[in-house]
Amino acid sequence: MKKYKEVSIDSTTQQMYERAQELGIETVWERLEKQQPQCGYGLLGVCCRNCMMGPCRINPFGGEPRRGVCGADADTIVARNLLRMIAAGAAAHSDHGRHVALTLLIAAEMAEKFKKEGKPVLELDNMASSTLPYRVKDVEKLKAVAKKLGIEIEGKTIRELAKEVAEIALRDFGKQDEEALSFLKAYLNPKTYEIFEKAPEKAGMPWFENGILPRGIDREIVESLHRTHMGTDHDPVSILLHGLKTSLGDAWGGSLIATELQDILFGTPQVIKAEANLGVLKEDYVNIVVHGHEPVLSEKIVEAAQDPELIELAQKLGAKGINVVGMCCTGLEVLMRHGIPIAGNFLQQEMAIVTGAVEAMVVDVQCIMPATVDVARCFHTKIIDTSPIATFPGAIHIKFDERRADEIAKEIVKTAVENFPNRSKKRVEIPKEKMSGYVGFSVEAILKHFGGSLKPIEEAIVEGKIKGVAGLVGCNNPKIKQDHNHIKIANELMKRDVLLIGTGCWATAAMKHGIFLPEYADTDNVGPGLREFAKEWGIPPAINMGSCVDCTRMLVLADLIARDIGVPISALPVVGSAPEAMTEKAVSIGTYFVASGITTHLGIVPPVLGSPAVVKILTHDLYDIVGAAFIVEPDPYKAAKLMYEHIMKKRKELGI
Amino acid sequence: MTSLNAKPTIFINPAKCIGCKHCEIACAVEHSQSKDLFSAIFEEPLPLPRIHILPMGAYNVPMNCRHCNDAPCVEVCPTGALYHDDDGAVMITPEKCIGCKMCAIVCPFGIPEFDALNGVMFKCDMCPDRRAEGRPPACVEACKTGALQFGTIDEIVANVRKETAEKIIKLKEGEYEEEYNGWDLFRSMNAEIIRINEGESK
Repeated sequence: MKKYKEVSIDSTTQQMYERAQELGIETVWERLEKQQPQCGYGLLGVCCRNCMMGPCRINPFGGEPRRGVCGADADTIVARNLLRMIAAGAAAHSDHGRHVALTLLIAAEMAEKFKKEGKPVLELDNMASSTLPYRVKDVEKLKAVAKKLGIEIEGKTIRELAKEVAEIALRDFGKQDEEALSFLKAYLNPKTYEIFEKAPEKAGMPWFENGILPRGIDREIVESLHRTHMGTDHDPVSILLHGLKTSLGDAWGGSLIATELQDILFGTPQVIKAEANLGVLKEDYVNIVVHGHEPVLSEKIVEAAQDPELIELAQKLGAKGINVVGMCCTGLEVLMRHGIPIAGNFLQQEMAIVTGAVEAMVVDVQCIMPATVDVARCFHTKIIDTSPIATFPGAIHIKFDERRADEIAKEIVKTAVENFPNRSKKRVEIPKEKMSGYVGFSVEAILKHFGGSLKPIEEAIVEGKIKGVAGLVGCNNPKIKQDHNHIKIANELMKRDVLLIGTGCWATAAMKHGIFLPEYADTDNVGPGLREFAKEWGIPPAINMGSCVDCTRMLVLADLIARDIGVPISALPVVGSAPEAMTEKAVSIGTYFVASGITTHLGIVPPVLGSPAVVKILTHDLYDIVGAAFIVEPDPYKAAKLMYEHIMKKRKELGI
Repeated sequence: MTSLNAKPTIFINPAKCIGCKHCEIACAVEHSQSKDLFSAIFEEPLPLPRIHILPMGAYNVPMNCRHCNDAPCVEVCPTGALYHDDDGAVMITPEKCIGCKMCAIVCPFGIPEFDALNGVMFKCDMCPDRRAEGRPPACVEACKTGALQFGTIDEIVANVRKETAEKIIKLKEGEYEEEYNGWDLFRSMNAEIIRINEGESK
């Protein structure tokens, strides 16, 4: 068994991990240990299971077998496996986006139907009627998105605009023409667009239709599966080029649609102060943890938890009230929009249950360990699965339907409240630690904060007060001490006057460690230039931009800066990093960052080392093809140095 | 009995073990009733492997019987259940074994294991059926990286001598180039992660 200090730098995780050990509860760290050694073929990416002549594997030491049964060598196999990872990651983000677009469409169509039935016309036309399960909260954003998409706004109701935007979004998923996605065309600057058009030509593959511009979000994912089917695409270059294309369909399609339409439905985040870490669980309250990724459900749980009847029920059963907290990205969604406290990031999902104070963990999709059900069995905690596509054996299934959103959300909250008397008070042990921080930095909120433009940031970069911007994203991975690399890389970059923007489990890690407080700028971990800039504008030295689908907010921000300067994104002194990468989504995000022109660091070695050709393409050749590439470096200090050097190189190229 | 030098045995090379555990599966299947993977997983009792891969930091070490010439297990066995066969493999006669576990106590490699169901010890037998057919042991056949090799000591050291001699000449001529090795690259990065997790880096 591991020592508690080896698993995390977060003291709440350390405490709960020790407690889990005392109680004999198996957690992610024990399971990782039991998996050792992990298979080297898989680690190197040279295991192929794509047909039934196999499974095949290639000897990584150069001897036989050098080829799979079909003749595929290590280069083909590694590239194919990576493309499948990208496709799965893009699928997860994009299916989330589709769900949001469908929700907007369903709400608009319900408004239309109710209108015909003679219900209050104006409220329905404004999508503000309480009879609708989902309303348009941010009319300005709806209009802005519609305008970008080239929709005529004059003389149309909110309801009509909502429907049109939802329809264009949904068409981007399934359209069959060769044109780039409507959302991509609406959001991407022309110079980067041109790079996408010409990338395959530069890579010596001019036959790519429309370059690496994604044509349909679903289409590129399906084509990924087609290309990697036995006997189809074998050249690592063309396989990886399609990987870029698929990931761009995620970035400027699926994920972008998710972020933008969620803002329309639930409000665009504005700067707000909130709290993070397991200390946000309250001893005397009914604690509900919303965990997963889609706010379509968690928004409703937050609403239902404010229902006076349910609060009264909670009080009748001996609780002081109902406390909804977040976990992972669904947590970040409600944190950004409502300041709902976030209990932790990925590696704290089991730890939250170990507090013994959670009545229900309400889960939707992605990054939810099936092990939560097993840990919950040791306490009174109920795991409630809600997505029709994500069922957990042993959990309570209360499946969600957008049309009956309020009713179902109330049922879920009621189930949690009624579980309160089952809590064993003796077994409650909530760590005290929590940290506050400023969150809610959507692109709109950033623009507002800086007086309507990004000029202050751009000027500070040109002046050298801040050297550049780093986008930090995603994941915990039990192979790395929790949050260690997130925080070390953040500090090392801030010391060098690099402004940080970030999302996902990185953002939660940063918040837990106080980085989202303006006073963090006074610490030794922030350089003098960045400190001055942060103080001047009253911001923390690092900015929380939301969940992992909200990585698109970082792309949109980079796009705006690129437009202002008149260069492609790849010319900017900007880098990305996934210090503790874990999911296939992280692979897609990393790839779309690179494809969009942002050189990106990975702190976990992706399963590609089995092919020197693929390694060379990813870390070297892509610079010539899209102007950015991957950096792989597990040591956070060395990684920060490499990222900083890249920023300085870009500054030099820009002549600043 | 053949001369000691001519006896084949299973050699291990941890630098080439990538931890796929294919040897463990192949060993269990070889020691099943059916000798077929898809049937073996449904057998009762389930067949057990006689070789184990141990993760040791950035290395994986295959641990199996060394089939010692001067085998302490054979020496100490009070019933004579343990013996060397004609190929020099250390074998167990289950019928003679009384489950006293003395062999496990004296083995410096921790190889003999106790089969609680039958109350006897079991260990690597170097696949006698395969040897009879002139085939390598199951674990060696399953290993595609060369971490496990089957041969006589003379053959093995002769190979190492030859490879090193070739390298010396290439080095002298300035032609030697370290070949790309994804596993070594991965292992060096993994060693870094282990170092970070165990303490502070830098």
